[in-house]
Amino acid sequence: MSAPLLAQVAPAVRVAGLTRAYGDRVVIDRLDLTIARGEFVALLGESGCGKTTLLRALAGLDPIDGGRIEAPREPAVVFQEHRLLPWDSLWRNVSLGLPAMGARERAAAALAEVGLGGRLDDWPRNLSGGQAQRVALARALVQQPELLLLDEPFAALDALTRIRMHVLVKDLVARHRPGVLLVTHDVEEAIALADRILVMRGGAIAAEHRPTEPGRPAATRATLLAELGVEHDLPSA
Amino acid sequence: MTHADHTASLPLPARAGERAQPRARRRRAVVGARQFVILSWIAPVLLVLVWEVLARTGFVTPQVLPAPSKVLRTAFKLATTGSLLEDLGTSLLRAAAGFALGGTIAFALGILVGFSRLAEALVDRSVQMVRAIPFLALLPLVIVWFGVGEGQKIFLVALGVAFPIYINTTLGIRQVDPKLMELGRVQGLSTRQMIIRIILPGALPSILTGVRYSLATAWLALVVAETIGAQAGIGFLAMDAREFLRTDVVVLTIVIYALIGVAADSVARLLERRLLAWHPNFGGAGR
Repeated sequence: MSAPLLAQVAPAVRVAGLTRAYGDRVVIDRLDLTIARGEFVALLGESGCGKTTLLRALAGLDPIDGGRIEAPREPAVVFQEHRLLPWDSLWRNVSLGLPAMGARERAAAALAEVGLGGRLDDWPRNLSGGQAQRVALARALVQQPELLLLDEPFAALDALTRIRMHVLVKDLVARHRPGVLLVTHDVEEAIALADRILVMRGGAIAAEHRPTEPGRPAATRATLLAELGVEHDLPSA
Repeated sequence: MTHADHTASLPLPARAGERAQPRARRRRAVVGARQFVILSWIAPVLLVLVWEVLARTGFVTPQVLPAPSKVLRTAFKLATTGSLLEDLGTSLLRAAAGFALGGTIAFALGILVGFSRLAEALVDRSVQMVRAIPFLALLPLVIVWFGVGEGQKIFLVALGVAFPIYINTTLGIRQVDPKLMELGRVQGLSTRQMIIRIILPGALPSILTGVRYSLATAWLALVVAETIGAQAGIGFLAMDAREFLRTDVVVLTIVIYALIGVAADSVARLLERRLLAWHPNFGGAGR
C-alpha cells in the first residue's frame, strides 16, 4: 500500500534507535518507528512493555537516553483522563495554548466537530465521561497537530460510548489527517481504528500487522491475541 | 442530589418545583426544613430571654451583666450621640491596613516559595520557626518597638494575618494537580501562561481558605492590640467603659466584635462562591 511511500514523503514522526532506561532496566531498547501523516498506528502490548513510555517520550514529557525523535511540530496528546481544567469553560479549555486572537472561534469550530458546538460556555463538571473526552479530543485537534498521541483515551468509557468515540475519532482523523499513535491494550479497538498495528514486547516492536487489507481482521485478531499471550481456552467451532 | 439538602440550602425556590414533584413528599420536605430552621433558633432566643428576665428581676446585677435591652439602648445612644461610629471606623481601618500589609507580603512570599525551591530553602524554615510562636506572645516586644500607637496595632494585625495566608498560598501551589501541569506542557504553555492558567487557579481554593482564616486572626489581633493603650476604637471604648463599670458598653463592644467577625466571614464566603463557582465544594447548585 501507500503507507511506506507516504512515510518517506511526509513523516509525522521518525524515531531512530530510541532508548530509555530507568537505572539498569531498559524500558525501550533501540526502537525504530516512522508514522506518516494521515496514518493511524495502534500500539498494543502487555502492561509494562514500554508502550506508554514510548508515547511519553514522543510527547516530550520524558527525557530519552539514546536515539533520535524527529517531528516537524509538537505533537498533541489525549490522555486516559480528560485533564480538563475545572475552572475554565469548555471553549477556554479547548483554546488552551492557542494565541488569544480568534481563540474562541477556533475553539467553537473544534467543539462543533466533536458534537458539542452549543456548549462553549458550559463547565467541565457538567459533562459525562464521554463528553469530557470529546472536549479533550477537540483540544488536541484545534492545535492542528501533525502527530496525535492517544494514551488509552477510551479505556475509562463504557462499551457503547467507546464505540461512538471510535467512529468519531476515525472521522476526525480522516478529515485532519494527522499521524496517529494510539496506545491501547484493546485488540478490538486497534483493529477497528488502525491502518497498522504494532505489538511491543521487551522495549521493541515485536510484530506488525495491517488489518485493513481484505480478509485480514479475523486472522489478525487471532494472531494478535496469541502474540499478546492470550491462550484460546474455548473449544474452536 | 437529594431534595432534602436542596431545600436545606435553598428554602425559597422549593415552591417553584413543587408542581413537578409528587406533592406529599415535596411538602413534607419543605416543612421539615423550615421546622429545623425554626428549631435551631429556639435555644439562642430562649437564652437571651432568660438573660433579660434574670437581669430585670435582679438575679444578675447590672454590674455583672446588663439586660440585652439595656445593651441595645446603649448601642442606639452611643451611635447617635456618642463616638461609636467613629470608633468603629477607626477599628475597621486598623484591621484593613494590617490585613492589606500582612496579606500582601505573605502572599508574595507564599508565591515565591511555592514556585522556587531556592526561595523555599532560604525563607521557609525561618517562617516556620517564627510561626511556632503564638503571635500574641510578641505583643510586649511589639510595644517596645512601636510604642502603643497605630503602628503597634497594625503590625500585630499584619503579623496575625501573614501566617495563614503564607502557608495556604504555598500549600495551594504545591497541591496543583501535576497531571494538569503536564497537560500545560503538552499544550505548549509558556511559564507565564502556566502560572496564570493552571497554577494560580488551582491554588485559589487553598488561598481563599487562608484569607478566611486570616480574617479571623486579624480580628483576634485587633482586639488584643486595641485593649492596650488605644485612644480610639472599639477596644478603647471597652477599656474606657470598664473603668466606669459600664458593663452595658463592654457587652456592646463584644457584640460588635462578634458581628464584624460574622460579616468578615460572610464576605470571605461570598468571595469563595464567586471565584470558585467551578468548584463542586464551593459553587452554588446552579454553578
